Amino acid sequence: MNTLIPTLSVILSLTSAAIAAPQVFNFKDPKGVNNAVFNLDAPLEAITGSANGVSGTVTFDAANPAGTQFKITVAAASLHVGNPVMKDHLHGAMWMDVAKYPDMSFESKAVKNVKTTGDTTTLDAVGTFTLRGVSKEMSLPVKLTYLKDKLGLRVPNQKGDLLVVRSQFSIKRGDFGINPKAPEDKVSDTIEITLSIAGASPK
Amino acid sequence: MRKIFRVLAVSVALAAGAAWLVTGANRGWSKTSVPVKTLDPVTGIEGLTYEKRFVPGLDFLGVSLFASASLGGLSFLFRRN
Repeated sequence: MNTLIPTLSVILSLTSAAIAAPQVFNFKDPKGVNNAVFNLDAPLEAITGSANGVSGTVTFDAANPAGTQFKITVAAASLHVGNPVMKDHLHGAMWMDVAKYPDMSFESKAVKNVKTTGDTTTLDAVGTFTLRGVSKEMSLPVKLTYLKDKLGLRVPNQKGDLLVVRSQFSIKRGDFGINPKAPEDKVSDTIEITLSIAGASPK
Repeated sequence: MRKIFRVLAVSVALAAGAAWLVTGANRGWSKTSVPVKTLDPVTGIEGLTYEKRFVPGLDFLGVSLFASASLGGLSFLFRRN
């Protein structure tokens, strides 16, 4: 009896820790659906493109969304626009310089304004946004949708959960040294970014 | 010959204008691929894939009209019958 109570308490605490443990969602998407769309709306020309080389992780606990941590990377070489010459320029040294700066990333340090309704959580992720070798502190509005036990619907015979991350924010081209001398009537200084990605946490 | 060049010039201008209008009057640069949206039924995410398709832009229209004007100009090199 003397050893039973401590043993039971250890088992109980381990079980509760396991239940409450945050899950790590992997955002490497074999289906290639994850994408970041960018839009530059200049008076003379609107440029729209996307990138699908998304990877990284989000650590999320449905019971404690305030502890959510983001580490998302987008491969710069996956940036695509419809015009091949424009795409070459975009990847080139004057613009994104993908050979020198292969990744764009965001790593959170804290989350604020966390609100949860059902399976949806909205929050502001505060962290470091790195683009073209320039890192800036930013606060990104994020909407998370936790899809419990839905991984099997995407990947047959695979049990687990899905986490959908959506964010819409804008950055200034000049802040990140993306050809700051380019005329703003042709290439807008404001880049609107829409991130729509889903991560998996297999069980 | 003079008439042939002029007919060609008008044809090139009309064909280019019609192609530009029919494909959506793209006011940007010509594109060789266009995004196709696909909806992931589980996550609700709109995925983007690119389909190879030529969409003429203002550069295409400009080059075509220049070619048309050049053909029209060349027609003056030939004597009137």
